Amino acid sequence: MAEKLYMIALSPTMEKGTIVKWNIKENESFTEGDVLCEVETDKTTMDYEATDEGTILKILVPEGGKAAVGEPIAIFGEPGEDISDLLFEEKEETEFVEEKTQTEKQVETKNINISKDTSENNDLDRIKISPLARKIALMKNIDISKIKGTGPGGRIVKRDVENEPVQTTKEIKRDYVPIQVETRDEDIVIPLSDKRRIIGERLSQSKYTAPHFYLTVSVDMSNVLENRKLLNKKYNLSLNAFIIKIVANTLKKHRRINATLNNDSIIEFGRVDIALAVAQEDGLITPIVRNADKKGILQIDDELKTLIDKAKNNKLDPEEYTNATFTISNLGSFGIDEFTAIINPPGSAILAVGMIKETPVVENGEIVIKPIMKMTLSSDHRVIDGALAAAFMKDLKDTFENPILAIL
Amino acid sequence: MSIITMREALRQAMDEEMARDKNVLLMGEEVAQYNGAYKVSQGLYDKYGEKRVIDTPITENGFAGVGIGAAMAGLRPIVEFMTFNFALQAFDQIVNNAAKMRYMSGGQFKVPIVFRGPNGPAEYLSSQHSQATQTFFAHVPGLKVVAPGTPYDAKGLLKAAIRDDNPVIFLESELMYSWEGEVPEEEYIIDIGKADVKKEGSDVTIISYSKPLRYVMESAEILEKEGINVEVVDLRSIRPLDEDTILNSVKKTNRCVIVDESWPFVSVASHVGWLISYKAFDYLDAPVELVTSEDVPMPYNHNLELAAQPSVDKIIKAVKKVMYI
Repeated sequence: MAEKLYMIALSPTMEKGTIVKWNIKENESFTEGDVLCEVETDKTTMDYEATDEGTILKILVPEGGKAAVGEPIAIFGEPGEDISDLLFEEKEETEFVEEKTQTEKQVETKNINISKDTSENNDLDRIKISPLARKIALMKNIDISKIKGTGPGGRIVKRDVENEPVQTTKEIKRDYVPIQVETRDEDIVIPLSDKRRIIGERLSQSKYTAPHFYLTVSVDMSNVLENRKLLNKKYNLSLNAFIIKIVANTLKKHRRINATLNNDSIIEFGRVDIALAVAQEDGLITPIVRNADKKGILQIDDELKTLIDKAKNNKLDPEEYTNATFTISNLGSFGIDEFTAIINPPGSAILAVGMIKETPVVENGEIVIKPIMKMTLSSDHRVIDGALAAAFMKDLKDTFENPILAIL
Repeated sequence: MSIITMREALRQAMDEEMARDKNVLLMGEEVAQYNGAYKVSQGLYDKYGEKRVIDTPITENGFAGVGIGAAMAGLRPIVEFMTFNFALQAFDQIVNNAAKMRYMSGGQFKVPIVFRGPNGPAEYLSSQHSQATQTFFAHVPGLKVVAPGTPYDAKGLLKAAIRDDNPVIFLESELMYSWEGEVPEEEYIIDIGKADVKKEGSDVTIISYSKPLRYVMESAEILEKEGINVEVVDLRSIRPLDEDTILNSVKKTNRCVIVDESWPFVSVASHVGWLISYKAFDYLDAPVELVTSEDVPMPYNHNLELAAQPSVDKIIKAVKKVMYI
């Protein structure tokens, strides 16, 4: 703790003394017995010997200055100590007006430093402020880094904030003319159609009861696209026909993916009936290509064209869109990279297919551009375990990348 | 209303209670035939006789123990210590028996006893006879500690202490016996555990009790002339402590000085200071200042003796410090 060094009576009748010379300057240390300064008394010049050890932190009475016995002439303590409180106490009337103003200047520069620091890094902990003043500032929304504290060491106290006006939220100038909105479009109320209600009920039921988990793979579609290009010199085959065929053939090898939960048993279907989600004007429908594993791509594509046409015109019979064993949803034409789909019961899995996108990939340490398609399988964990789904996805990816595997 | 001394106020309280209840008795050194070392029991021996006003030998631990036994047996003794400096002899009886008997007997015994006498520094009594002992007693659960600062409070609180079924340490002061104040003719009681706002104010709260209250009132008057509006809270009771009155005042003024003539370390003042910092933190505009006796044994030299204690000058300095002026 820093302390004040007081003028002592160096002779029995001394009342005042003049500091002739400071032997220990500011920031210099001393030990017991060192002569701190020389003091001219009413009779003679005496040495002021230290009775303690420490470092002179601040000289309050400079050489040539006078001090009465009992008045502080310096502050000493450990190097680097905060002596602002002690300096603040030094407001008493002394004969050294000059010295006093210097002291106050010291306090003031300290304040300025404090506020400058805080405005830069906004570290509120470094602003000295009484609890009450802090509360008042908070209630009035005052930026305390802008307030000059008048308490000891620059502490912000009640009087410094009580007369400050309440600050509205900080203004940030933005260049625009505010528009008064007079009219608004009317809300449109659409009664729920039976179709919407059924979609809502079925998908809610699926999402609530089936614990979905999702696996995504990126597939290099180079070979599929090349094959399609080759075939399309003669036929006009949709990409979905290829996807359905490859998925159907892979499902044959992974029966658990083509399955359903039936009360206390799991049925692995003996058929591969693949539904394709088709958007309609109001809702969506899932027309089905039955036994897709046994059909060729040409037939699948023909059936798809018919089914999609019927779907768009609301002409599908219930047997054409119910009881699929697996569903594919393709949003690639909308530019969707990847997404997750909700399982379409009674199936236990659904494949969400994104767009084919030219993507840089690393191959043999080289960056090459490939047409990449991302596929995400949503699976019902009650039926399908993660490893099974992963094995299916790996197989599916391999088959897409090498379509020849589909005929194995 | 008549103006009477503190001495007379205390005498009236004992007289009234002895007349009201035959179980009340007074015992202590010089209380009977000599009418009390400080003449507080003036006339009681003549009035109530030697069975109820009893001179004891100089054996504080002994007669404090006799008093505690009498209280357990159903009497209501008032034990006078010639000074609370001597009560340290009886510290074992007070702390280990009086304070704990009700608890340790599972409520089977009550100890309706009052220990009273002058406490704190007087003049020229040196270190061993100038101690403010309230902190020693206030520390002990089971003891009530009361320290009035006016004749009015002294009478009302002593009557409450005599009627209380628990041991009460009732602290007076040699220098206060001759202080005068208004006391009504009719009977009244002041509840133990209620502080009193001796002066309303808005700028700063000064909390005090017992003898220093006088310096606080003088300081308040001087500060008033300088335009500083002081609120004075007189604790009156140290245990139980009236937290609400303390906190309400500090919440109003945002500043507090506590004046306590005991030593500063683990004192009533330091406890109240902590309480304010804990329960009124957001209301404080300045650290709570304590004005206490210096942390040294009381010097014999009269100038040093005065310098070691709280004074009007020290109180005014402290007030200006918490007001940042």
